[in-house]
Amino acid sequence: MQLTIALAQINTRLGDIRANLEKHLSVAQEAKAAGADLLVFPELSLTGYVLQDLTPVVARKPNADDPDFRELLRASRDLDLVVGFVEEDQRHRFYTAAAYLSRGEVVHVHHKVYLPTYGLFDEGRFFAWGDAVHAFNTRFGRVGILICEDFWHASPPYLLWLDGADLFIFTSASPGRGLRDEPQLDSARWVEHINRAYASLFTSFVAHTNRVGYEDGLNFWGGSTVFDPNGELLVKGPYHQEALTYVSLDLNQLHRTRARLPLLRDERTALMMRELGRILGEQSRGDR
Amino acid sequence: MIDLGINTDLARTILTGFLQSEITRMGFTRAVLGVSGGVDSALACYLAAEALGSQNVLAVLMPYKTSSPLSMEHARLVVEATGVQSLTMPITELVEPLFQRHPDASPLRRGNAMARARMIVLYDQSEAFHGLVVGTGNKTEILLGYTTLYGDSACALNPIGDLYKTQVRQLARAVGVPDVILEKPPTADLWSGQTDEGELGFTYEEVDKLLYLIVDQRYTPDECQEAGFSREFVLNVVERIRRNQFKRLLPPIAKLSNRTVGYDFLYLRDWGS
Repeated sequence: MQLTIALAQINTRLGDIRANLEKHLSVAQEAKAAGADLLVFPELSLTGYVLQDLTPVVARKPNADDPDFRELLRASRDLDLVVGFVEEDQRHRFYTAAAYLSRGEVVHVHHKVYLPTYGLFDEGRFFAWGDAVHAFNTRFGRVGILICEDFWHASPPYLLWLDGADLFIFTSASPGRGLRDEPQLDSARWVEHINRAYASLFTSFVAHTNRVGYEDGLNFWGGSTVFDPNGELLVKGPYHQEALTYVSLDLNQLHRTRARLPLLRDERTALMMRELGRILGEQSRGDR
Repeated sequence: MIDLGINTDLARTILTGFLQSEITRMGFTRAVLGVSGGVDSALACYLAAEALGSQNVLAVLMPYKTSSPLSMEHARLVVEATGVQSLTMPITELVEPLFQRHPDASPLRRGNAMARARMIVLYDQSEAFHGLVVGTGNKTEILLGYTTLYGDSACALNPIGDLYKTQVRQLARAVGVPDVILEKPPTADLWSGQTDEGELGFTYEEVDKLLYLIVDQRYTPDECQEAGFSREFVLNVVERIRRNQFKRLLPPIAKLSNRTVGYDFLYLRDWGS
């Protein structure tokens, strides 16, 4: 089975949902015309990234009652969409969220579970922490979504793997940092390393969309990638420019790779749980 | 081994993109900057010309009567090489009345007044030319506080403030700044014979490596000493960084209300754009 993914590494206007929505809709038309089945936008693609006090202003509820989501849901009749936004829940907590939309329905919403609040990041100040990592079924098989810092930690991808995801969709608004005499920034090199590692360790597809553009002095580096279950790079978008990058996945690669390398079959989850229980149950001695 | 080498292609892409994006989203298409004949402003001018087109950049040359003629010559080299528009606005007439009133003013006071007179000229041209003022301060001088507050540090945006002086030289060479500018001793040219390194008491080569350890790599003073720097040099630089923090921040506002500019009224400049 083939799945054509389009990675939309767009620039956004900070806090201007209307302008960003229009870009989503026109990119969706373009991707549909090019034969894409699934179009992935970056983290906070509807709002921009450094929202600070704009966070509550741009928050939305992802359903057809919301005029902006109504248009996105309509567009999802043509091809599946992953969009980034701020979700406000019933109790008025604000989450960095990504929604998977298909055939006019909201199939899944992921809330970012790791909010970087260190260095240049201040997400924990403005956002609530997501509390779940769930894979979900799509018309292309079982999928998982993580947002940026979520996959700087090893446990969320691991959980998605055990929950059945064969395709990992990662979205970012990753500020470029670490300029040295290397072809990429440190931040780009790190993300490419770990995404290749996840694809290899979990013998799965890993698709990553990262935004471009600037917010004040921050640059976002793009460079969206897809790795296959062998850890091979299938496609890579350009650095620092808007692009719509397409790749056709041969989903039968999962069968071939796992026949060769049964890491999923052999994963000792009970041992993992037992040891984790022991480790967490023992009194901390300050050495771990 | 401390390696301050940078990928100049990547730096050039990011910095020209930054100037283009952050100037146009503020509703401008043009930039104004002071060009002194030194390497920092030369680099900023090359980047601005590349980002916005030479016709959209105004280089302002602002000599004082004691400025070295070589500085003007090098500034003109930059203007010619980049094809930007230029304007020469001597600041002598602006600052002389102040100096005549205070004939005993120290070189520091005079230097600060000259830097602030240049700021006045640049912001006047900013309005006249409808361009944003592009800063030309590098990371070394920002960290050491080797700048005049509301003088040469005043700008709308700064493309080179995260590059150490030695990295500025590297990028300047890559974008084509003439050798004669790259190779001369850096100077504020506030009085004859002044050089940065003479005034600071150390070379940029040395201090950039130390700053890289302290700031980028978060070394403690003890660790810097273990890495081969003298204790006196390390403590001098650490203290300079601390003492000059005020130059790197907006002035503190005394908090009274529940929501105060600077503390809990938080928006980027790019808000809504």
